[in-house]
Amino acid sequence: MITARINQIEVQVPPGTSILDAARRVQVNIPTLCKHRDLLPTASCGICIVRNKGGNKLIRACCTPLEDGMEITTHDREIVEVRRSTLELILSNHPQACLTCGRNGECELQTLAADFNIPLESIKRYVKDVPPDTSTGSIILDFTKCIKCGRCVQVCQDVQNVWALSLLDRGINTRMAPAGDITLAESPCVKCGQCSAHCPTGAIVENDETPSVWEALHDPEKICVVQIAPSVRVTVGEAFGLPPGTNLTRKLYAALRRLGFKAVFDTNFSADVTIVEEASEFIERFVHQRGPLPLITSCCPSWTDFMEKNHYDFIDNFSTAKSPQQMLGVLAKTYYAERLKLDPAKIFMVSIMPCTAKKYELSRTEEMYASGHKDVDVALTTRELARMLKQSGIDFLNLADGDPDSILGEYSGAGTIFGATGGVMEAALRTAYFYATGKKLAKIEVESVRGLAGVKEGQIDVGGAKVRVAVAHGLANVEKVLDRVRDARQRGLETPYHFIEVMACPGGCIGGGGQPYGVDNERRKLRIAGMYQDDADRTIRHSHENPEVIRLYEDFLGKPLGPRAHELLHTRYTARPLYKR
Amino acid sequence: MNPLTRQDLANFAAQPTPDPTEWIRVQLDTGGIAAGAETVYVALEQALAEQHRGCELLRTGSVGYSFADPVVEVQAAGMPRVHYGALTPELAPTLLSEHFGAHRLLDDHVIASRRRGLVLDATVTHVLVGDTGAADGNKSEFLQFSFREELKRRGLADRVQVVRALDLGIYDEGAVVQLLPSAVTYTNVLAHDIARIVTESIDGGRVIDDLLWKMPDKQVRIVLRHCGEVDPDSLEDYLGRAQGYQALAKALFTLTPEQVIAEMKVSALRGRGGAGFPTWMKWQLTRAQPSAQHYVICNGDEGDPGAFMDRSVLESDPHTVLEGMMIAAFAMGASMGYFYIRAEYPKAVERIQRALDQARERGLLGRNILGSGFDFDAKIRLGAGAFVCGEETALIASIEGRRGSPSPRPPYPSVRGLWGMPTAINNVETLAIVPAILLRGGAWYASHGTETSRGTKVFAVTGKVRNAQLVEVPMGTTLREIVFDVCGGVLDGKEIKAVQTGGPSGGVIPTPLLHTPVSYETLQQLGSIMGSGGMLVMDQSDSMVDVAKFYLRFCVDESCGKCAPCRIGGYQLQQVLDRISRGRGAPGDLALIHRICHAMQKASLCGLGQTAPNPVLSTLRYFGEEYQAFIEGGPSYARKMSRVASVATTAAKPPADAGSATRSPIPVKEVSP
Amino acid sequence: MISNLNLETQGQPEAAPASAPLSKPSTKNSLAPAPFPKVALIIERHGRKPARLVPILQEVQEEYRYLPPDILSYVARSLNIAPARVFGVATFYAHFAIKPKGKHLVRLCDGTACHVKDSVPILDAIRFRLGVTEAQPTTRDLLFTVETVACLGACGLAPVLVVDDQVYGAMTPEKALAVLESVREQERKEPSP
Repeated sequence: MITARINQIEVQVPPGTSILDAARRVQVNIPTLCKHRDLLPTASCGICIVRNKGGNKLIRACCTPLEDGMEITTHDREIVEVRRSTLELILSNHPQACLTCGRNGECELQTLAADFNIPLESIKRYVKDVPPDTSTGSIILDFTKCIKCGRCVQVCQDVQNVWALSLLDRGINTRMAPAGDITLAESPCVKCGQCSAHCPTGAIVENDETPSVWEALHDPEKICVVQIAPSVRVTVGEAFGLPPGTNLTRKLYAALRRLGFKAVFDTNFSADVTIVEEASEFIERFVHQRGPLPLITSCCPSWTDFMEKNHYDFIDNFSTAKSPQQMLGVLAKTYYAERLKLDPAKIFMVSIMPCTAKKYELSRTEEMYASGHKDVDVALTTRELARMLKQSGIDFLNLADGDPDSILGEYSGAGTIFGATGGVMEAALRTAYFYATGKKLAKIEVESVRGLAGVKEGQIDVGGAKVRVAVAHGLANVEKVLDRVRDARQRGLETPYHFIEVMACPGGCIGGGGQPYGVDNERRKLRIAGMYQDDADRTIRHSHENPEVIRLYEDFLGKPLGPRAHELLHTRYTARPLYKR
Repeated sequence: MNPLTRQDLANFAAQPTPDPTEWIRVQLDTGGIAAGAETVYVALEQALAEQHRGCELLRTGSVGYSFADPVVEVQAAGMPRVHYGALTPELAPTLLSEHFGAHRLLDDHVIASRRRGLVLDATVTHVLVGDTGAADGNKSEFLQFSFREELKRRGLADRVQVVRALDLGIYDEGAVVQLLPSAVTYTNVLAHDIARIVTESIDGGRVIDDLLWKMPDKQVRIVLRHCGEVDPDSLEDYLGRAQGYQALAKALFTLTPEQVIAEMKVSALRGRGGAGFPTWMKWQLTRAQPSAQHYVICNGDEGDPGAFMDRSVLESDPHTVLEGMMIAAFAMGASMGYFYIRAEYPKAVERIQRALDQARERGLLGRNILGSGFDFDAKIRLGAGAFVCGEETALIASIEGRRGSPSPRPPYPSVRGLWGMPTAINNVETLAIVPAILLRGGAWYASHGTETSRGTKVFAVTGKVRNAQLVEVPMGTTLREIVFDVCGGVLDGKEIKAVQTGGPSGGVIPTPLLHTPVSYETLQQLGSIMGSGGMLVMDQSDSMVDVAKFYLRFCVDESCGKCAPCRIGGYQLQQVLDRISRGRGAPGDLALIHRICHAMQKASLCGLGQTAPNPVLSTLRYFGEEYQAFIEGGPSYARKMSRVASVATTAAKPPADAGSATRSPIPVKEVSP
Repeated sequence: MISNLNLETQGQPEAAPASAPLSKPSTKNSLAPAPFPKVALIIERHGRKPARLVPILQEVQEEYRYLPPDILSYVARSLNIAPARVFGVATFYAHFAIKPKGKHLVRLCDGTACHVKDSVPILDAIRFRLGVTEAQPTTRDLLFTVETVACLGACGLAPVLVVDDQVYGAMTPEKALAVLESVREQERKEPSP
C-alpha cells in the first residue's frame, strides 16, 4: 500500500492509484475535463494539476500515480489561478452557444465554467467555423464544440475497435474527425454512440428527432403508438435526479399515455418473442444440427453493422431473428392493427431506445418494412424522451402507475434482462433448455454470463449435452471470441462455443449511446442491478411462458420459425464495405 | 572483410596510422557543401592532376568555421599546417602552385591557428598579419607593406612571406601578427614595433614579451575533437588516427557495466539535450529495470532553429557517436539502438548509415563484438517534421509509428520506453563525449567547467555575429567571452543588444548580463535555458517584440495539439503579440500575456508548452519598454517601426521585373506535367 | 474497468512478426484494392510492420511527392491497421503532404539566424513572383511548392534557400529569384519527367 498525504489528509491506496482517484477517497475532488473514470488518462486538458511538496512543477493528477510520502496540495492560490486561466483558454476556443446546445445543463465544460464563474470573453474567442457532420442520421458531430480531450477517439478505437474517429492534424488545427475527409456515414462508424456517451461537451450528440414525434402526436390523422426498450426503464430516472437502476416501468407507461400515445407497448414483450424465435433457431442448429454453430445473437444493430463490415465470414452464424424493436414494430402494424381494426398506414410507431444505432436500424434493410410500411417510424433515445417529458409539463416522478396495452405489453423477466450484457444469452438459455428437455433450469439465474467482464464464458448441461456459450460486450472484445472460433475452424476442430451473445456497448444496452449522460462502470453496475431486480420481481420469468406471446403464436403467427414468423420476424445480412467510397 | 578483433584494436592503439606527408583535407559538411566545398574539391582534384602533384586529397567534416566555408586544411612539406577559408574553385590551381610549388600562402584566405605558441621553436617562414580592431579602416594592407619593406631591408624577403589573414581568432586587439610555424602571436602591434619584430623575432629567434599574446584559446575541443580531422566516411581513418573504438574496447574488456556508469558519475556529465539530467543516472535507472530487452536511442532530432551542433557532429564524426552509443548500450545492457535524426539532415543520415554499414561489416556491430560476447546493432529512423519529437516520449511514439504526441511521465522511458521496454535516450553531443571520458577518465572531464556544470558545451553562435561558428568552451565561460573573444563580436561593428540562448525554449540575455558564466543554473536564473546550444546574437536594430513573435510562432506551429494550455495558450498568446505589434494592443494586454504564459508554463504536459513562453517572458522582462512603446504608440508607431525594419532589411520588394510579371503564376504551357 | 483495452502500443518489438488474425476478411471488403505496385514493394521491404509506418510513408511520399488518400487507405490495408491511424500519422508530421506538391520543392530556411538576416523579404519576393501564399503553397501548374523550414542547420550561410536538394547560401531576394529563374529555364529546355 502507498501512504501519502493529500491536503494534509493521510491516504492509503494500492500502488498505481492515480492522485486523482486517491483524492476522491478522502473526499477531495480535483476537477478534470478530459479524464473519464473508465478510460485511460489522455492528460490533455491540464485542469487537474496539483502540487507535490518540494516540486517546482505542477503535475497532472489524472496520470500521476501516488507515491509513498508524497504531500499533495490540490488547491492553493497558484493552482486555482492556473486552472482558471487554462479553463479560460479552453472556453476561448469553444463557441458560446450553451443555450442552444444539446448538452445544455449537462455539459462538463459548462459546469466547470459555472463553478469557476469565468467572466465573459476574457480572452478573445477563436473558433474555426466547421459545419457539423449530420451524415449518419444517428449521431451529430459538432466539431466546433470539441475540446480535443480524446475520450471519443479512445472509446472508438480502443474500446470499440471501430476506428471511425481519430485525431487529425496538429497544434491549434488538431481536430477529431473521421480520417480522410470523409463523412461519418462513409466511415467505419457503427453508430453505437459511445463517443457521445463519453464526450464531456456537446461535440457529439444524438440526432434529435423529437420534433417529428411532436408533429405526429399533434396530427389527428395519426395513431401514435410507442414502445419502451428494456433498459430505458432503469435509466430514465437519472434524467430526473433519481439514482441509476431505479425502475420506472409503470410511470413510463402513464407518462407516455399522457404525452398522447394511443397505445403503450413494451419492447420487453417482443424481446420475449425474439427469444422464442432465437431459442428455436438454436435448438434447430444444436439439437437437430440444421445450420451452422455457433449461433450468434443479432439484436444489437451496431454489432450487426460491425459484423457486416468486419466479420462477414460469420453471416451464416447470425440469428436471423429481428431485434425486439423491429419485431414490435411489425407486430403493431400487422397483428395489433388487425385485432383493433386500425389502418396500419395511420399507425405511427415510436420506439424509446437506449441507443443511437436504433435510429439507423429502422431502415437498415427492406425487411424493416415487413408490415408494408416502415415498421418503426422514429426511434428516440432515452435522453430525447426525458426532454419530451420535461417539455410536456408532466410531473413524471409523482405520476400514478400506469399499464401497458394488452396483446403487446406483457413481459417476462427474461425479456427485461435483454438490457444488460449476458441477458439475451440467459433468457435464451432458459427457453432453449425447456425446448430441449421439457424442463426448466434448476437455477434460472445463469451467473456465469452476468457482470462486467469483457468476455464471459459459460457451460450449461442441456439434457446431457454441454452447451458452451460466450458473451462479449464492447466491440473490441468480439474479436477475441471470434478468433477462437476461426482458429478452431481452420484447424478443423470442434467449435469452442455453440452460442455467442454480443452487445456493442460496454455493459449492454444499459450503457447505450443514447442513455442519460455520465455513464461509468459504477452506473453500469447499478443499472444492471435494476434490470436483474425487475427480472426477480416478475412471476413469469421465461419468455415462452408469457401469456401474450403464447396468444400471439396461437392466434397469429403459428409456429416459431414458421412461414408467417419467418416473413415478419426475420431478416438477412450482407457484407458491406468498411468505407463507403 | 574479416571482423575486427581485440588484437586489431590493440595494434591500432600501439601504432596509429601516420599522416601522409602532403595532404589537403576538404571540409565537406552540409554548410561547406552549400558554400561550394564539393566544387572546390573537384577543382582541386583537377588541378592536382594537371600539375602532377602527389599530394593526397582527403575528405573530412567541419572544424566549425562556418563563417569561412568552404574551408580546407593543407599540409605541405616544409610548410606550416594551415586552414584556408572562403575558397572558390577558381582558386584551386593557384592554391596548389603557390602553396606546394612556391611555398607561399594565399592572401586573405588563411585562418590562423587557434593554438598559439609562446616560444619561437622554429625558423619563421611566414608572417600572418591582420587588423582586428580597426575602427577607422583596415590597416592590414599597410601592415603587410611595412613588414615587406622591413624584411627587404634586412634581406629576409626571400625567406619570409608576409600574408594577410582571413581571420586571426583574436579580436579588438589592434594589429595582430602571427609568426609561423611556431604560431607566436603579437597583438596591438604598432608601426614602430615592426622593425623590432623583424630583428628580434624573425631574425633573432627571440620572443618579444611585451607584445606576446599569452592567453590560450578559450575553446576546449572535446566533443569536436575529431571534427575536421578525420574522414567521416572512413572507419579505417577513425581507427587508425583517432583512437577509434579504443574506448569501446576498454569498456568491453577491462570494465564492468557498473564501472562504466561509475566513471560517468565521476565525470558528472549532464545530458546535453537541454534538460541537463545526469547521464550516469539515466543509464543506471535504465539498467536497473529488469527486462528482456533494453534500448538506447540517440536523439538527433535537432529542431531548434539556429542550432546545428548535432548536425555537425553527426556529419563530421559519426563513428564517435556510434561508439558512444555502444558504450551506453553496454553499460545499460541494451542490444539495440536507434538513431533518430531529422530528415532535414540528409548528409548526417548518409554518414551515420555508412558508419553503421562499415561497423557491421567489420564486426563492430552484430553478435559477439570483438569477441567480447557483447551483441549490439543500431538502426536509423528519420524524423518527419515535428519539433515536439525531440521530447522523449514523443520521439518514442514516432519510432513506434504513431503520432508524435508526448505522453505523461511517469512512467519515464527508463522504466517503460520503446515498445514498453526500458530505454535511455541520449543526445548526440552527450554520446560523442562518452568515448573521451572512458579513455581519459571521468576526473579529467570533470576538471573542466563549473561546480554544478562540468565539462564543455558546444554552441552554435549565429545571427548578427562576425564569425558565425561552432564553439566549444568549458562551462563557466561567459557569454561575452563566447561572443566577443571567440566569435569576434557583432557583425559590422554594431552594438550588441542581447544574446538569445536555448532557442524557442530559451530567452534573451541583455548586454548588462553578458558577464554571466554559462551553466545550466545561471541561464535558468536569468529566465533562459541552456537548451541544446543555439546562441543567437542580436544587435540594436533587432526588435525584441519581433524576436519573441518569431520564437512563439515556431512553438505554435510545432505544438502537437494534445494539451489545451499549449495548443490554445500558444495560439492566443500569438494573437495578443500580433495585436501589440500592429499597434492595436490594449493596456491590459501585458497582464494577459503574463496570465497565459503562467498557465502554459504550469499546466502544459511537456517541455515544449512549458518553455514556449520563455522568449516572450524574457523579452518582456528585459525589454518591456519595447512592448510599452507599441501599446502606447498605437498603429502609427507600429507602421513607423515596420518601415524602419523594411529599410533596414533593404530589398524587401521584389525587383522591378518581378513587378511587371504580375501576380499570375508561371503560364501552364511552359511546363510539362 | 472495461477489460482489455486494445491499445496500439501492444505492438510487439519489430522483431516479432505481425500476427495476422487467422482467416479474418481483409482484402475483399475494404476500399477496392488499387494496384499500387510501387507502394506494395515499399511495404514489403519494411516487412509489413505497422511500426514502420513513418518510414513507409516517407518513402511513398518520395515516390508520389504527396500522399494521396487512396494510397493511405491502401497502406492501412496492407499493414492491417485502421486507415484512421494512418491518416492520423500522415496529418501529424509536417513533411507529409495530403495535397499534391509541386515538382520542385522550394524551401526557405526561417531559422533564427536566417530570420535575423532577413529571410522574410526573400520569402515575400518568392511568393510574390510565383503567385503562391502560405495557405496555397503550390503553383497552379504544379511546378513549384514554396515552404519554409524551421532550420536547416546551415546557419553560417544564412539566409539559406533550398531548391529540391540543392542548398543556396547568403541569399537576397534578387539571388533567390535568379535561382528560380534558372530552374524554370532548365524546365523550358529539357523538362524533367
